[in-house]
Amino acid sequence: MTAETINTIAADKIIHPVWVRVCHWVNAVAILVMIGSGWQIYDASPLFTSIIFPRSIALGNWLAGALLWHFAAMWVLVINGIVYKTLGLASGRFRRKLLPIYPSQVFADAKAALTFRLAHDDLSHYNAVQKVLYAGVILCGVVIVLSGLSIWKPVQFQELTFLFGGYDFARYVHFFAMAAIVGFLIVHVLLALLVPKSLRAMVTGR
Amino acid sequence: MRKRIIIPGVDPKLLIKDAAKLMPDPARRGFLRGTASLGALAFLTGCDIIDGDTAEGVLRKISSFNDGAQAALFSRAKLAPTFPDSAITRPFPFNAYYDEDEAPEVDGSAYKLEIAGLVDNKKPWTLAELHALPEVSQVTRHVCVEGWSAIGSWQGTPLSEFLKRIGADTKAKYVWFKCAEGYTNTIDMPTALHPQTQMSFKFDHKILPRAYGFPMKIRIPTKLGFKNPKYVVAMEVTNTDRGGYWENQGYNWFSGL
Repeated sequence: MTAETINTIAADKIIHPVWVRVCHWVNAVAILVMIGSGWQIYDASPLFTSIIFPRSIALGNWLAGALLWHFAAMWVLVINGIVYKTLGLASGRFRRKLLPIYPSQVFADAKAALTFRLAHDDLSHYNAVQKVLYAGVILCGVVIVLSGLSIWKPVQFQELTFLFGGYDFARYVHFFAMAAIVGFLIVHVLLALLVPKSLRAMVTGR
Repeated sequence: MRKRIIIPGVDPKLLIKDAAKLMPDPARRGFLRGTASLGALAFLTGCDIIDGDTAEGVLRKISSFNDGAQAALFSRAKLAPTFPDSAITRPFPFNAYYDEDEAPEVDGSAYKLEIAGLVDNKKPWTLAELHALPEVSQVTRHVCVEGWSAIGSWQGTPLSEFLKRIGADTKAKYVWFKCAEGYTNTIDMPTALHPQTQMSFKFDHKILPRAYGFPMKIRIPTKLGFKNPKYVVAMEVTNTDRGGYWENQGYNWFSGL
């Protein structure tokens, strides 16, 4: 095989299998609804007096509406998340794509990225910064769902609430997990716009 | 809107004030209309099949599905965590859809708890008779639908024992409560029979002050605060879901913790 044919095969290779793409876009809708309605719910009893989300960017218009959205989209987020994580673990994709993560590489790649010298030639291979961000946001997804459950059901799931430091503390965990996910989303969307072929790969798979 | 019954011992001026507040403010009415387009966009990009009413209808259906999920999750054996007296939030917050100085002032000497529905003995109860019932105490967390919480101390008699005493049909589905200011609330029978569900006459071992629901509050530590009615003047055991003040405006019916 010549180097050229190998390159052609590589270009034909599916970067994201269909289950990754479906789960990605279902999750995108669910998480936006959860964040928007979550901001409206937060405003009913803010944890920080200096942080209030304007009604114009929140979802649901008032507390009852926001709660209806939040506890509807929660099913989509959780069921889709379970499917995604099960397939990711069972297929070995998480291990292959996201591990191992070496701190020295993360720092080197972060430096390269910030000076716009990080290569994006091969979309099927994640650099160390991507690995950290993707593994981190998957972890945040688990934390935000579990802390959410411990706020929603502090009696039925009181053992879980206890693990999150009690009802009041769990609200802060839930808030900061949201903040981390929003921070991830800003970087993620910005980079997808800067490298449009990555967006195309998440739609067509190639 | 709602039939208004004048209750002895209640300030009629207060009832009128309350009636004015029953209508949610204009921004709240049709609360999904403004955002329905965003929701429709999220679910069906570029498609306007889902209008505001349909989106609201779908969300309310999912909310009733969530009632069922929460009822299935609810266990009468699972007790709400209890706390030492030192954990009590002081001052315990007053909370209602009206200001504290507008809270109902119920005349204790004229008060009678009306009993209706599927019970053997519908004799109304005076406050002295209610106070003579066996007393239990709890220090539990009150969780508001808004997100904040506070730990309080309540004393009174278990609702389950009271229902037994009046010969209630505990196979009925619901218990409905009516309050002095017109507030209403329906709870499911399994929650009514939960060992910590209490007809409370005292807060922190002192007769309930007006702010906390004199003469009687139904303390339910397994439900959000708004499902814990204060100033209760009547209860009915029924198979008909008669809704409630906040539930009818779109808040989740079960609202279990």
